[in-house]
Amino acid sequence: MQNDRWLLPEGIEEVLPPRAEQMETTLRRLLDLLKGWGYELVMPPFIEYLESLLTGTGNDLDLQTFKLTDQLTGRLMGVRSDMTPQVARIDAHCLKRDLPTRLCYMGTVLRTLPPTHGGNRSPMQVGAELYGHAGVESDLEVLRLMVRTLHTAGIEHVYLDIGHVGIFRGLAHQANLDSETEARLFDALQRKAKPEIATLLAERDLPKGLHTMLERLADLHGDRSVLEKAASILAEADEPVHQALDNLRQIAEVAVALPGTSVHFDLAELRGYHYHTGVVFAAFVPGQGQAIAQGGRYDEIGKVFGQARPATGFSTDLKTVLSLSTAKSPEVRGIFAPCDGDAALVEAIDALREAGERVIQALPGQQGGAVEMGCDRELVLQSGGWQTVAVHK
Amino acid sequence: MSDTLTIALSKGRIFKETLPLLAHAGIVPKDDPEKSRKLILDTNHEKVKLVIIRASDVPTYVEYGAADLGVAGKDVLLEHGGEGLYEPLDLNIARCKLMVAGPKGEAEPVGRMKIATKFVNSTRRYYARMGKQVEIIKLYGSMELAPLVGLADRIVDLVDTGNTLKANGLEPLEHIADISSRLVVNKASMKMKHDTVQGFIDRIAEAVEKH
Repeated sequence: MQNDRWLLPEGIEEVLPPRAEQMETTLRRLLDLLKGWGYELVMPPFIEYLESLLTGTGNDLDLQTFKLTDQLTGRLMGVRSDMTPQVARIDAHCLKRDLPTRLCYMGTVLRTLPPTHGGNRSPMQVGAELYGHAGVESDLEVLRLMVRTLHTAGIEHVYLDIGHVGIFRGLAHQANLDSETEARLFDALQRKAKPEIATLLAERDLPKGLHTMLERLADLHGDRSVLEKAASILAEADEPVHQALDNLRQIAEVAVALPGTSVHFDLAELRGYHYHTGVVFAAFVPGQGQAIAQGGRYDEIGKVFGQARPATGFSTDLKTVLSLSTAKSPEVRGIFAPCDGDAALVEAIDALREAGERVIQALPGQQGGAVEMGCDRELVLQSGGWQTVAVHK
Repeated sequence: MSDTLTIALSKGRIFKETLPLLAHAGIVPKDDPEKSRKLILDTNHEKVKLVIIRASDVPTYVEYGAADLGVAGKDVLLEHGGEGLYEPLDLNIARCKLMVAGPKGEAEPVGRMKIATKFVNSTRRYYARMGKQVEIIKLYGSMELAPLVGLADRIVDLVDTGNTLKANGLEPLEHIADISSRLVVNKASMKMKHDTVQGFIDRIAEAVEKH
């Protein structure tokens, strides 16, 4: 057992050079991007009382959250597994503005279950939330910002998947489904398990129109034309369903024109159904079986914290995104300098560092020279002064 | 077809019964997995490949996108969980039943029963639903032996003809689920290669109708 002291827990990783620097550089670039769009940075705590963390998102996060007891109060605390509810609390309880509020955040979250086999349990979550506006314009702003975020992090082409929880919710309400049937139907819909959906619906005594609409929902996915198809298939649906479709049409208008994206619609895609209230979207890339970023509208989540406000936002895991990034990491450059007490040398090194250069001093008796230390130039004493000269590899 | 398609299949019954469905979709493998040692089979379509893996690995390959589509028994899907996959089509092949079986004519033992099975999750869920606390013993094969040598009181296994049970003095007792093979689809593939994947599903659905 002595030999595995170095072993990290499953799904917990450390970030080594040069990836750590690449991550930090990308984080800085993303902060600039978000700032440019008017999103203010917040830093929620890594750990807080469980009730607050789980509010509004229900069971979805309960299983995902690591829990421990606060020795000071005896209350249960949780390590954040998603920063979205924390930011919602900040908006509703701490800021309490009436203005539209744009907040962004980045930080490590911890999850009890890896998203995939061998997946990462400590993602670096980056996200943005827009509070205080219920219209399609704020959804579009967030969608565009999500795409821009992924592009900035080095994902060239993004496949967007767009849906709306209002459609299933509206139909379930219209059909007066009890919560158990709704949950089972929801589960089958998430798997597009059409044989199971058919069996489930056959067990209920639903009016024929509703039966057909719920049954066909699993087929409503594809390009933009699906929205027209949906309008005719769901013609007999109640008003909220048509509002949802209208909403999607407006979003489609803009989404299909976004550069560097392909757009797919899926009306049965109900990611985060328990807290989302409107449009939901996610980003996919080839070679990755799961979404790399997701978001959507989740109005009213702040209600329990004192202020119910419309809200929409997105988040992504920077670690996943960077592992898929096609951006090349910049070439490592540097200046190798001797190490002695010469005042002129110290001055020369300071000046170079001041100018943004990376200067590494040779330690007496060390192994390896300039090239091994990742330097492309050397600082040498030439004609009475310290000069940088190129190193020949 | 404009996009590449990788289809995960398992050897044996599922492969044999899937072939005619694939043929209807215009896909014919170039090798026979029973004769070839290749794990990736080329087909008459340059862009369509078959990967031959263990039946219980099919959901894993498809969920993580190593294959776009696959054919998996409902027994495997029930055991795997299957939330991360689409399963839009019942292929109506490799039909059998997931059942509880036990020694013929013996009354149910009093107290906590020991159940030997390969299907640990399905068995746990089934007995929980029945309100019975049981002890589950995970085995990898030859379940029928367990009651004979006193390792378990009951087994949970797939039953087709029931001949193996009979030959070992066992009988089917309770029906848990009807099993048949499903077409499973990776969620991201469905979104990114929609036309190709949906086209394939539609043709397979046609083939199933005709059978």
